[in-house]
Amino acid sequence: MSNFLKNKNLNYEKAQSLINNTLVDCDDGELYLEDTKSESILLDDNKIKSSSFKRDTGYGLRGVTEDKVAYSHSNDISEKSLEMSCDNIKSTLKHSKGKYNHSINKTNQKFYDELDPIENKSLETKIELLKEINQYARSKDESVKQVTANFLGEHKNIEILRPGGELFTDSRPLVRINVSILVEKNGRKETAMYGVGGRQSYDNYLKNDDWKKICDEAFRMAYTNLESKPSPAGEMKVVLGPGWPAILIHEAVGHGLEGDFNRKKTSVFHDLVGKKVASDGVTIIDDGTIDKRRGSLNIDDEGTPTEKTVLIENGILKNFMQDRMNARLMKTNSTGNGRRESYKHVIMPRMRNTIMLNGNNTQEEMIKSVDKGIFAVSFGGGQVDITSGKFVFNCTEAYEIVNGKIGSPLKGATLIGDGPSSLKQVLMVGNDMKLDPGIGTCGKAGQGVPVGVGQPSMLIDNMTVGGTQL
Amino acid sequence: MLKEDDHLKKLAENFSTNLKKSGASESSVLISNSISESVNIRNKKLDGSTRSDSLNVVLTAYVGKKKSSISSSNLDESHINELIKKCVETAKITPEDELNSLPDSELYFKGAKNLDLYDETFIENSKKIDFIKEAEEQAFKKKEIVNTNGSGFSQNKSNFVLANSNGFIDGYKSSNFSAYCEVVAKSNGSMERDYEYSSKRFFKDLLEPKEIGKKASELAISKLKPRKIKSKKMKVVFDKRIAKNFLSSFASAINSSTIAKGTTFLKNRLNTQIFNNKINIIDKPDIIKGSGSRYFDIEGTSVNKLNLVENGVLKNYLIDTYNGKKINMKSNGRASGTTNLYFENGNEDYKNLINSDKEIVYINETFGRGANIITGDYSVGASGFMVENGEFVYPISEITIAGNLNDIFSKMILGNDLEFNYSTNSPSILIDDLTIGGI
Repeated sequence: MSNFLKNKNLNYEKAQSLINNTLVDCDDGELYLEDTKSESILLDDNKIKSSSFKRDTGYGLRGVTEDKVAYSHSNDISEKSLEMSCDNIKSTLKHSKGKYNHSINKTNQKFYDELDPIENKSLETKIELLKEINQYARSKDESVKQVTANFLGEHKNIEILRPGGELFTDSRPLVRINVSILVEKNGRKETAMYGVGGRQSYDNYLKNDDWKKICDEAFRMAYTNLESKPSPAGEMKVVLGPGWPAILIHEAVGHGLEGDFNRKKTSVFHDLVGKKVASDGVTIIDDGTIDKRRGSLNIDDEGTPTEKTVLIENGILKNFMQDRMNARLMKTNSTGNGRRESYKHVIMPRMRNTIMLNGNNTQEEMIKSVDKGIFAVSFGGGQVDITSGKFVFNCTEAYEIVNGKIGSPLKGATLIGDGPSSLKQVLMVGNDMKLDPGIGTCGKAGQGVPVGVGQPSMLIDNMTVGGTQL
Repeated sequence: MLKEDDHLKKLAENFSTNLKKSGASESSVLISNSISESVNIRNKKLDGSTRSDSLNVVLTAYVGKKKSSISSSNLDESHINELIKKCVETAKITPEDELNSLPDSELYFKGAKNLDLYDETFIENSKKIDFIKEAEEQAFKKKEIVNTNGSGFSQNKSNFVLANSNGFIDGYKSSNFSAYCEVVAKSNGSMERDYEYSSKRFFKDLLEPKEIGKKASELAISKLKPRKIKSKKMKVVFDKRIAKNFLSSFASAINSSTIAKGTTFLKNRLNTQIFNNKINIIDKPDIIKGSGSRYFDIEGTSVNKLNLVENGVLKNYLIDTYNGKKINMKSNGRASGTTNLYFENGNEDYKNLINSDKEIVYINETFGRGANIITGDYSVGASGFMVENGEFVYPISEITIAGNLNDIFSKMILGNDLEFNYSTNSPSILIDDLTIGGI
């Protein structure tokens, strides 16, 4: 029985009969109900700049037949509104007839607790802590000129109703704490951001003065960049640090292995299953089951239990990431990657926590082996062109490597590479796998979803660095 | 059906009254309603349709100089009353900020609304499908086009009302129709995609579907078999569709919030030379049917034409109420950002730009973050064409372009081919001596 329809102008039986009736001739589809609370408390320029709270409730009704998707959503959870959506779905799909597929495994797996992180910590204590963060960060050094700190909390409850009375629910906490610091010295300004987060209460990231480490890290990066010199331009060897730099994996191969692009044959990887796409020793998984991680889910947004999906094993392409529709059309099973930003958005295959597993090398060996190259430790965002395979990402902390030694910090530069060939150029895989701190959001077709990445240190033979120095 | 002004105004007035009753000394209420319908096709066949209907309210309560805001998509009266109480309570425990306030009374919009921002035309889904199918059919006439990434048509209609405790209450409807076509070209193992789109307030102003399909196919085919080039410093011409990104970076750098915090490379540059003395940058909110046109900003402040740059000299910032107070300047109605932002046409013919050196690089796609607004450092991934003696000789990709915006702004030369296709528009731009990262 659905909790969502209490106190609404729509009862459960009516909702069931409407969706039974609408989806009977479809291959798949569901009524997705969502109730999300979110808050943002922002300290900026020595002041609490905003404290805002948002409550978003609504539904999305989806009908899928063959390769067609009809979607209708509204924040008005009422009989009248749902009837209108049903008509809309039927009119789009009127020329096709499907056979409804009921199979979704039920699961009891839980990777996070049912808790409301917003209510879990009072607004007063959050405000006090932001002030403390501001003071601490400003006291670190006289070069600190600006501090911005932000608490972002979310509690998303979803219900998925399918014809025949199937019901799936999930309750998802998510928090993120960001600190960004601007330093100025001798007329130069630099800024850096560091943050942590995941699917548990704020206090798990703040206890034992752990919040100081967030400030320390943001300060360290910004201060380091005050000494940065212009980056070189052109092809060179690149050593990536562990953790967050796995955004390279996310961009270089992750998106290209999402089922929709491969079903449509617009990804460079679409005909490469079973083929070698990366160096020996490169194994990449997409894992929705890691405890309390930002990209983890008990079930995906279609109700499929998440799993650990092997994408590339020892250099060989094994699997794509699938939602139900693309899996059906490609005659395989959903891998639990069907996700959506909210009830306002359609389902697409999306990444969860995308991770490169450990190899045998050490970071020290990698750096020693490079005569001229760069050592990239932290990144801003990245982007990929799925069809040509070209991807970019922006270094926010990088150093030159000269004759096997780490040298000066370098100004932020864009790195560009080619997805299918870059992982074949991996010369060494480290033994120091780390997950990112839990702040990643992936954008695709206008939808943002929380994701994670992870990798050990890695040496890549040849990437183009977008600096200014020739 | 889109909710009418009267209905939204009534709701806004109710909520305002309740905010006052609950202890807010000042308040503002923004209620927005939008209905959008879109269809997507792929390989000339229907891929899907989406209908969205949303009604949302943002409540802001001031208690003296304390402030908080709440937004909700659930407008049930009992739920909203609960949120109003929570909003006021939250405001009370939020620290005071002496700069918090509604805009000054004399700045509110009072004029006539005659910019033609709303087209009542309703396009049935079947007609949307026909429109965008025609675009793909045109694209597929080229043999290299083997696939599509999807093409779509969408119709968006919205209405909103903003009310605040200074007595301001107003809103208006607007519409947007857009069509895009993204195709994949393939030849001898090389696969490339490109797109064309059109977005207008009025349906009848959209580009012809055939033109959209033709342009998308030509662009995708022209990118096939790209080469990488050697790293070197060169003249670069930026195609109009990406040249406008320099204006977006410029707008971020002169936003009063970045100016007030000092987080911009253009701090303290008002009334100084930023561009060459032939360059003018204008933000004009009152273009009839303009994509970026508006009567007032999100705070109710009226918006007027701003000459941001005159003869290369920075003349104005983009200012909202709060940050304006911080830098002792009045809001110029830019709390919602720029409106129709553009470079005035330059003098150079497009042909002269691409023929300005024996070899130049022509860029029509960039990706990555681009500019660091604090330092002005600029670095992007790019693709485009090698141009020799004014002739396009081959496509190039997987290169980077880097420089610093201070330097880029001071030496950019504008073409004379400005068109108003988007809300931000630029003619083609030539920039000398940019670092290309390649082989």
